[in-house]
Amino acid sequence: MIDFDYVKARDVSDAVNQIARDPAARFIAGGTNLIDLMKENVERPARLIDISGLPLKEIVETQGRGLLIGALVLNSDLAYDERITTRYPLLSSAILAGASAQLRNMASTGGNLLQRTRCLYFYDITTSCNKREPGSGCAALDGFNRMNAILGWSKSCIAVHPSDMCVALTALEATVHIAGPKGNRAIPFADFPGDTPEIDTNLAHDEIITAIELPPEEFSHNYSYLKIRDRLSYAFALISVATALIIEAGTIKHARIAVGGVAHKPWRVPNAEQTIEGQQPSRKTFGEAADVILQGAAGFTHNSFKIELARRAIVRALDQASAGMPQTQSVKVIV
Amino acid sequence: MQGKPQTRHEPSERGLTPKLEVHLNVNGVERRLLLRPWTTLLDALREYLNLTGTKKGCDHGQCGACTVLINGQRVLSCLTFALMKEGAEITTIEGLAADGELHPLQKAFISHDAFQCGYCTPGQICSAVGLIAEGHTKTTDEIRESMSGNICRCGCYPNIVAAIEAVMHGALS
Repeated sequence: MIDFDYVKARDVSDAVNQIARDPAARFIAGGTNLIDLMKENVERPARLIDISGLPLKEIVETQGRGLLIGALVLNSDLAYDERITTRYPLLSSAILAGASAQLRNMASTGGNLLQRTRCLYFYDITTSCNKREPGSGCAALDGFNRMNAILGWSKSCIAVHPSDMCVALTALEATVHIAGPKGNRAIPFADFPGDTPEIDTNLAHDEIITAIELPPEEFSHNYSYLKIRDRLSYAFALISVATALIIEAGTIKHARIAVGGVAHKPWRVPNAEQTIEGQQPSRKTFGEAADVILQGAAGFTHNSFKIELARRAIVRALDQASAGMPQTQSVKVIV
Repeated sequence: MQGKPQTRHEPSERGLTPKLEVHLNVNGVERRLLLRPWTTLLDALREYLNLTGTKKGCDHGQCGACTVLINGQRVLSCLTFALMKEGAEITTIEGLAADGELHPLQKAFISHDAFQCGYCTPGQICSAVGLIAEGHTKTTDEIRESMSGNICRCGCYPNIVAAIEAVMHGALS
């Protein structure tokens, strides 16, 4: 591993001041992704600013009857928090679908938003990758691209976003709270990743995520997080679907659908949700919504199967949600 | 292209980030170490404290062989910089036995034949200690899911699950 300096941040403003002074510095919290990337020579920070001691570890009620989740709340603490399991079970389920128990005990909420793609060519420093080395090209286009994108990609980058938690946060319309040298700002979750696949997020180098806010709408009855992967656990998604419905008297009043494993960000198409709102739950209707989501989907040599897989996963997840039978993350049978 | 990644530097090398002091309580013993920032907890345990029970498998957080308990929680020591754990209580496989008697999970792994080569076993057992302490896991399916971060290439999974189940349900004498 490379040589680097190590300092602890005293508080949020100290963290911001320190990172603003040093373009080659990086924050470290759980370290589960960053340390791995440093071992691979993909990340080469000159200085690590340890933010793991900052007081961002609380989950508190907001005045708007939502929840404010501190950026340093551990993934496991968040997934098992009673307010999350009872009010936002979609979020709990998505977190428990990702990584392993050990990693969830280390990884922070804010860090989950900032984890990098697992595209094979991003990790392999002997190949070209516009995300790792801007302007170098994209080796995945003609490479082993089985895990790569089918939506939203460009010729510059066909990587997919790796997070499960973020798929649920997209469906739940969370807000990202950020502190920087110019003060604080809040970004709707949909705008956090941006639309340029090779650029991860709209977070500036000198900014820090302080919290994630969940709005009051909870979707605690009709939801499902369905994750399809190459093995039953501890693998990144080929396709994942976060669905949340409000059903009244047999009619879908409100729908949210976000899809993971398909694009550089969790993929959400509000038009698709409108096609099932006001309808009764049925596979036919759900299929129509899936078709809207997958409009323009295009694969590569090894991943075109994901288009039909995504369609089926979306229909199945909506089926599960409407039936009030969410996918469990321990019993792997898909009902 | 970069040279081979280095994980350790000799004290005689110049110009490197100086060593920093960290205090860890390892298996009940206060330890003071001088480490460079890139020393992982795994390397600190194995190379500086000679606690080689914790194993380096993949060194990338994919196999679970390096699992230890930090303040009672199971984590991956290969993805932890030791300097970031000032004041923490670390428990490794060497710290589980008490008064010369094996931990119930150690006994259960033996009685259930839950290993062959044994390389993943310290991580499996530390992970299982964490699993039971967390208290979220009840059924066989849940144990399998909750242990999915520990890979066993000998394929001893059925017996590992049985050993953990036996301890969870108090079936071990």
